[in-house]
Amino acid sequence: MPANATPPDSLIYARGLTKRFGSFTAVDGVDFDVAPGEAFGFLGPNGAGKTSTMRMIGTVSPVSAGALTVFGLDPARDGARIRSRLGVVPQADTLDNELSVLENLLIYGRYFDLSWGEARRRAVELLEFVQLTERSKDQVEPLSGGMKRRLVIARALINEPSLLLLDEPTTGLDPQARHLVWDRLYRLKQRGVTLCLTTHYMDEAEQLCDRLVVMDKARIVAEGSPRQLIERYVTREVLELRFRRDEGEPDDGETDDGARLDGQLEGLAERIEHLPDRILVYTADGEATAAAAFERGLRPTSVLVRRSSLEDVFLRLTGRSLVE
Amino acid sequence: MTAPAAPLAARRGPLGGLAAHPSLRVLEHDLLVFRRGWHSYVLSGLSQPFLYLISMGIGLGLYVNRNGGAPDGVPYLNYVAPALLVTQAMMAASFESAWPIMSKFVWEKTYLAAINTPLGATNLLVGDLMWISFRAVLLSVLFFAAILALGAVSSPLAVLSIPVAVLTAMAFAAPIMAFTATQKTDQPFNVLFRFGITPLFLFSGTFFPIDRLPLFLQPLAWATPLYHGVSLARGLSLGRVEPLADLIHLAVLVAFAVAGLVAGRITFRRRLAL
Repeated sequence: MPANATPPDSLIYARGLTKRFGSFTAVDGVDFDVAPGEAFGFLGPNGAGKTSTMRMIGTVSPVSAGALTVFGLDPARDGARIRSRLGVVPQADTLDNELSVLENLLIYGRYFDLSWGEARRRAVELLEFVQLTERSKDQVEPLSGGMKRRLVIARALINEPSLLLLDEPTTGLDPQARHLVWDRLYRLKQRGVTLCLTTHYMDEAEQLCDRLVVMDKARIVAEGSPRQLIERYVTREVLELRFRRDEGEPDDGETDDGARLDGQLEGLAERIEHLPDRILVYTADGEATAAAAFERGLRPTSVLVRRSSLEDVFLRLTGRSLVE
Repeated sequence: MTAPAAPLAARRGPLGGLAAHPSLRVLEHDLLVFRRGWHSYVLSGLSQPFLYLISMGIGLGLYVNRNGGAPDGVPYLNYVAPALLVTQAMMAASFESAWPIMSKFVWEKTYLAAINTPLGATNLLVGDLMWISFRAVLLSVLFFAAILALGAVSSPLAVLSIPVAVLTAMAFAAPIMAFTATQKTDQPFNVLFRFGITPLFLFSGTFFPIDRLPLFLQPLAWATPLYHGVSLARGLSLGRVEPLADLIHLAVLVAFAVAGLVAGRITFRRRLAL
């Protein structure tokens, strides 16, 4: 690793970071920096290399090639020191079902070399923070998915980390549980904890991340704040049109159908995207575009105008939806 | 938020470097879990030896003793008791280094949580091996108490069968833990126990001397750590010390435990640091 490669203000510094499993390349030479206090996100579909990147940052997966420092330290040499300052919320809950809710936190605190007294003091405080105080003596198994996830977050905070790594923190949670998790993460961010998370939910990235990178097929395809990415890659609004297929028409006809529709939408929008069930028309003013299309004789079965999102950015960059 | 924790090695508790050793944190976890179920564990740890000693030692022994007893005219109970003590420690340790360890890798994945702390893969291996050894101590002490209660002790050296049993348990636990770390399902355990552990229990000189085995099986018995554990414990219990043979027995047991640890260090790291 070259000397002075790490900017002094980077908590995480990666250049050409690569992870290979045999002949398969999971992460292919990515560059990024995470600054203290920032909420940084990896957005991408399953298999894009997000988890592998997180595991390298967490020092539990050796770097195959490239440079990586965390807190200015080398994961290969200073793994234990890095981990002592990290909080990790893995994708799977990995809670200890043989221990109570409180004991899960106590033991984890002991793994970080806290005294029993200190571990208990922090555990009680953290259970309050994640709203699990009433369940502290209960076993872990009967907890709901949202509660387990909150407990894992509390567990990750037992060593008062300055950097919290979250791998898909709300995947599999119902909307209410997700919002509760988001709220707690937002509070942590306000306290100055640096968040580094992966997600395949656009709304999650938009809610939580100051800055993010879009990953696809092991590479970073775009980087910026959610707003910057939307401004750079898509229009302000999206017009979603749905059409009924003509009866008797073969069901392979997206191209024919598309070509016919493209002709009619020609000149109305910056870009048109065909999805199996609908057509996305990228435009600054969705209402006006819809009216213009109507004037040209188009009769969609449904019309929806919405603000564009990171989903559209992803579609633009890769030609595919984020969550298939 | 706060200043980073000092590296573990830099902190010294009242026990010095030992108390600060991260592997002990893993043992601590296991003890905390044990706090819930220890009653039933101790109860079964006490009842098992009586079942075995009464059925094998006294029941079967009645017939053996009628026909001249075990080799050198030793009462069969005294002959079989130290061997049973060693085999039950071995059986328990083998079981505990298979399914429960598999669970920590695959089902409950608690190892995957632990490696996100300053603990390393080797700490998990060493900590859980200490824990399995601790349970072997507990079981062996209870078993020895049962032997005492039945008056089947021929020599004060018999008490040494406890450390021999624990060492034998480690000679099995360490390699099996190393093996467990390489497996994705528990299927191979059924094979291991059906064709490995159970036959060993029956044919490693536990119930009869191995020179009664078919000739081609004898070297096989020699190659297994159980035979050495049983021979060593039995010799000591009957008050017979044979320095050279005993040293060889001891060396084989230590070799298996150390080889298991070395292998486990590799397989645990491979499994956890992908």
